[in-house]
Amino acid sequence: MKKDIILAGVGGQGILSVAAVIGMAALEKNLHIKQAEVHGMSQRGGAVQSHLRISTNEIASDLIPFGEADMILSVEPMEALRYLPYLSKNGWVITNTTPFINISNYPDIEKLMKQYDSLPNKIKVNADEIAKQIGSPRSSNIVMVGAASAYLDIPYESLENGIRKIFARKGDKIIEKNLEALKAGKDAAMK
Amino acid sequence: MLGAEAIAQGAIDGGMSGIYAYPGTPSTEITEYVQHSKVAKELKIHSKWSANEKTAMEAALGMSYAGKRAMVCMKHVGLNVAADPFMNSVLTGVNSGLLITVADDPSMHSSQNEQDSRCYGRFAMIPILEPANQQEAYDMAYEGFALSEKLKIPILIRITTRLSHSRYGVEKKETLPQNPGSLPDDPMKQFVLLPVNARRKYKLLLESQNTFLAESESSKYNRYYEGKDKSLGIIACGIAYNYLMENYPDRKCSYPVIKIGQYPLPKKMIEKLKKDCKKILVMEEGYPVVEEMLRGFFDGGYEILGRMNGSLPRDGELNPTLVAKALGIETQTGFPIPEMLANRPPSLCTGCSHRDIYEALNEAMKEYGDKRVFSDIGCYTLGALPPFNSINSCVDMGASITMAKGAADAGLVPSVAVIGDSTFAHSGITGLLDAVNEKSPITVIISDNSTTAMTGGQDAAGEGKLEDICKGVGVEPEHVKILFPVPKNHDEMVKVLQEELAYNGVSVIIAQRECIQTLGKKKKQKEE
Repeated sequence: MKKDIILAGVGGQGILSVAAVIGMAALEKNLHIKQAEVHGMSQRGGAVQSHLRISTNEIASDLIPFGEADMILSVEPMEALRYLPYLSKNGWVITNTTPFINISNYPDIEKLMKQYDSLPNKIKVNADEIAKQIGSPRSSNIVMVGAASAYLDIPYESLENGIRKIFARKGDKIIEKNLEALKAGKDAAMK
Repeated sequence: MLGAEAIAQGAIDGGMSGIYAYPGTPSTEITEYVQHSKVAKELKIHSKWSANEKTAMEAALGMSYAGKRAMVCMKHVGLNVAADPFMNSVLTGVNSGLLITVADDPSMHSSQNEQDSRCYGRFAMIPILEPANQQEAYDMAYEGFALSEKLKIPILIRITTRLSHSRYGVEKKETLPQNPGSLPDDPMKQFVLLPVNARRKYKLLLESQNTFLAESESSKYNRYYEGKDKSLGIIACGIAYNYLMENYPDRKCSYPVIKIGQYPLPKKMIEKLKKDCKKILVMEEGYPVVEEMLRGFFDGGYEILGRMNGSLPRDGELNPTLVAKALGIETQTGFPIPEMLANRPPSLCTGCSHRDIYEALNEAMKEYGDKRVFSDIGCYTLGALPPFNSINSCVDMGASITMAKGAADAGLVPSVAVIGDSTFAHSGITGLLDAVNEKSPITVIISDNSTTAMTGGQDAAGEGKLEDICKGVGVEPEHVKILFPVPKNHDEMVKVLQEELAYNGVSVIIAQRECIQTLGKKKKQKEE
């Protein structure tokens, strides 16, 4: 098994938590993971990405080759498109549809969403809306983990355990909310 | 763990007594890991930030002098700041193990250049270790102290952004005890670099080159892997080896490969590769250091491929796809990026005090026109971008004040410097002294957010002392002004700026308000 995932978003949107939850779940299944992150300047509201590689075999490169990513998982709809050259022909794009607009030349959102039409495999989920509905607006990143859960080749229970471990320090309430977010994301992606 | 963290853990387990550093991406996490490590706390390992890389390097050398193992960490441009003690520490040599860890940033993710620290290693004529993965990063830090003690010389560990900021599993070794501390046998002969001693020490360094080479020849980090296809031989340095292997799913390259992890280059190994193969392809992250050495001056007689002949790009990071192309392996392309995609550069946070300062400065500068504001390295560098467009330079740590002074000397009056509190403590104070000594007509704005914000909120060396420092350096007390930068104080700030811009001498305006990121973090910690 091999899953190469590009995580995309804007600095501050919590893609490192997304990586941590999936990574923790993969470790529970004794899989190899390698994860390249972006630290520093771009964390100030700039475009950020992380290369998350999961495999039953040892992993060589810290970076995913172009055209070989199995998934782009994005917490922002424009940011997903930035990494399309990495996506394999059969790969999935799973994205949040709520834009994060902190630039003046952000494209028209309807035209932007049209760009997804030409992609063979995509799932669009309004993670911000779902997170609000369950009363945990800051969990939209975990909603996206839920949306991707069926395509990760990692048991759902392991993702739940990942959340329990990653958020252990923050208390049971936060864990419960994030488990709820995971479930809501999974359900939304099934629709 | 991150490559940076692996180095920190390796150093802790390897018997380190102290780590010294100034924060800088991609090296910051090494020191932070030690600061947050419970074990390091129990072992009383020193890990406080230094004012700059030079003070850090010197303190680490001092710890080595006193017989304890020390590491100093910095980003690549930090080694420029520490170059003086670095170049001379290779003459003094060490008493206890000394590791200099430098994180290079090819592709300039968070830097103003992509200089290759291996050039410094060659310049100083010391061994360099370059890990290919997180495990080697751990091992090299762990074993590096002993190597430094054996060779009696500081060792340079060179990593790059990708390794520093990438996670993978690492196996730990048993924790070694720290050295008890012992003074050098003969400090006069070893550490007093008077010409008479320095000449002798330099000869010793030259004589040691053969020993360093012998170490490289037998190093487990330099390996020759046989391959059937002798039409090409490959030299892969550090992380480039991973990108090479990525292109062979069974991890067996058809060509002979030398994996390089320790310098000076293992001569015999490379001579064998040259003998065995028709031509050599060099893969290295950063400058074509190895390639240039192999080519030599006359660059003839034997075909060398790499960054200099276009087989690989001349600048920027490597990746598995670029390496595949150099090998003639077919690559995938993915999907095109839609044209409508907009760039999303980093920007100053909402509520950041730098914003209020730039708003006020822009208004105060109206009567003088633009292109007069020199700035520095930090979050506030983002003031160069819209909507502010407030600053006209960002060169190196501390250059705002000294460049403003030089411009004032050339007749640009007023000229303005914008510098952060941490950068001011790092390299701004001496420049301010130059300006005070000549009563240069410059206005210095210290945008003081009480932290080193860009790298994630580390302690700043000058916190709470800036006003005293400026007055102590000799700025006239009536021209040291303190402001509280919030939107409602805009008019007052403009007025103070206008007054000081009109003053024909050195003014310092300290605009003090805590970084909203560190403020938020503190609030969160309280709640938890």
